[in-house]
Amino acid sequence: MRSTGLWAEMYGTVFLLALRSIRRHLLRSFLTVLGIVIGVAAVVTMVTLGNATTAAVQNQISSLGTNILQIRPGQGFGRGGGGPRPPNFDMDDVRAIEQQIAGVKAVAPQVQTSGTAIFEGANWSTTINGTSSAYFQVQPWPLASGRSFLSSEEQAGKAVCIIGNTVHQNLFRGGEAIGQRFRVKGISCDVIGILSTRGQAGFGGDQDDVVIMPIKTVQRRFTGNQDVSVILVGVDDAYSTTQVQASITDLLRERRKIGEGKEDNFNIFDTKQISDTLTSTTTLMTRIMAAVAAISLIVGGIGIMNIMLVSVTERTREIGIRLAIGAVSREVLMQFLVEAVVLSCLGGLIGLLLAQIAIALLSPLMQVPWTFDAQINIIAFVISAVIGVVFGYFPARRAANLNPIDALRHE
Amino acid sequence: MTEPLIRLRGITKSYGEGANSFQALRGVDMDIMKGDFVAVMGASGSGKSTTMNILGCLDVPSGGEYLFRGHHVEELNRDQRALLRRKYFGFVFQGFNLLARTSAMENVELPLLYRGDAKTERRRAAMEALDRVGLKEWWDHTPAELSGGQQQRVAIARAIVTRPEVLLADEPTGNLDSARSREIMELLSDFNRNGITVLMVTHEPEMAAFARTVVHFRDGVIERIDSNAQHGAVG
Repeated sequence: MRSTGLWAEMYGTVFLLALRSIRRHLLRSFLTVLGIVIGVAAVVTMVTLGNATTAAVQNQISSLGTNILQIRPGQGFGRGGGGPRPPNFDMDDVRAIEQQIAGVKAVAPQVQTSGTAIFEGANWSTTINGTSSAYFQVQPWPLASGRSFLSSEEQAGKAVCIIGNTVHQNLFRGGEAIGQRFRVKGISCDVIGILSTRGQAGFGGDQDDVVIMPIKTVQRRFTGNQDVSVILVGVDDAYSTTQVQASITDLLRERRKIGEGKEDNFNIFDTKQISDTLTSTTTLMTRIMAAVAAISLIVGGIGIMNIMLVSVTERTREIGIRLAIGAVSREVLMQFLVEAVVLSCLGGLIGLLLAQIAIALLSPLMQVPWTFDAQINIIAFVISAVIGVVFGYFPARRAANLNPIDALRHE
Repeated sequence: MTEPLIRLRGITKSYGEGANSFQALRGVDMDIMKGDFVAVMGASGSGKSTTMNILGCLDVPSGGEYLFRGHHVEELNRDQRALLRRKYFGFVFQGFNLLARTSAMENVELPLLYRGDAKTERRRAAMEALDRVGLKEWWDHTPAELSGGQQQRVAIARAIVTRPEVLLADEPTGNLDSARSREIMELLSDFNRNGITVLMVTHEPEMAAFARTVVHFRDGVIERIDSNAQHGAVG
């Protein structure tokens, strides 16, 4: 009587026989699984790095804050087309949005210029950002030390500033800065706060390389007009950004006297929209790369089938002996199938190992953190096993269906 | 009269179809009793190998009846015949047919593996079988490290390790010199005395002399059956 334990041992033996056969033809076995190795390594590397990139992009965008609308004059990203340059906004627009639109948490005006900051012989060329204290309510960007602008300072247009970490490091060498006074574009400015580190922006550029001043100060001392170039709107979580966006569009069209049927001369970006677009782009890229890599997996499977077919021909006599001794078709089938599966699984494992090395080498180059994506590793391994079964089945069945007499006579 | 172990009635076998068809067997009747030692002789193409293949359930007849222990073999499918071989038959071939690069022990335990015996039991039985053919000391040698006579003895150990009812030997001494051949024949006689029915194809009369019955084939039919009166005195 045959018990399950004995069956398990029988398959254990089949497994050992397969390992032995692989070890006997080490080079051939390695060449056989090379396709699987490369395929698995490619799939895992591509998907892991792709996902890491997507995550990094999402991370950077969410660090800008979600539920933020960015309003700029002009169409799209550029100023675009000919015609007169669309007018900037002014503080009345900012106040109108603040007072007339429901669901607005905070509205921050913004005007940018650049200039060189000088402190005790140190020079640092940086971006000067004029805004209001609402800037820190629109987006999560806490101060590392010091304080934000007082409304008296904003109204008076005082020369006070909050500096980014990069400016802090380069101008003050990371030392005590609050209470210090430095010169920028011909005025003296008191440091009242230092921002926490934010890192690289999604589109390049150092977000920490900035000096923030009250907008009135920048307008009066530097730009010489009342213009506001960007308006940032923080939307209350309870409201939909789309709806708020629509209300702001209506309001601004009216304020900017845009006639019926004419195009907007301003645009409103939803950071969530940008995030979604970028995410779907990187996800698509990841999928395309994974698909290309998957093709090499299939080619690898064909390689296994090739060698297994050769192996069946080579070992016809052995199969004949096994059949004569009383092996039933299924047992011969199992032997060859197990061999193919063991081969492809070994190939899969080597591929996974290679992928980890490739990821460790490539992630610093791609500026993404090293990650171990358990899911794709498991999926790739399972696929390699499935390939073993699928492409091993045909040769195995061929072996199992051999006529014992012909097989024994085979030279 | 007791039921024969093997009964062939009107066995025919043809290969190919139509004009190219070749009639290898043209109606073979044969009874083999349990414990017989039968040598099958004949020129090449006489049908002796085909008969052996059918007897060993490796091949199926085109027509006729084959009863083994009273059961119709010609009705069995491929796997059922494999199971029958596994349980009742042991095979010894002219070309030894051992698995290359595999130790004598592992070759001998192969049938037990398919029977599903546990490892310790397999090892014990394989060792015992190797001991019976006098190769206990050689258990870890691969076929390449063994002489022809030794290889055939490993093959015999593999054939008898399952304690089969029937031992089928196809020209077992065909590749061996006369001294080695005698050793092999003595081994087969020895197993026959212990109750195993031995069926052997040979073209050498000296080897056939070891058998109790000699069946002569000619042109796909049995030409005559001789009984060796002096059987038992030989060897």
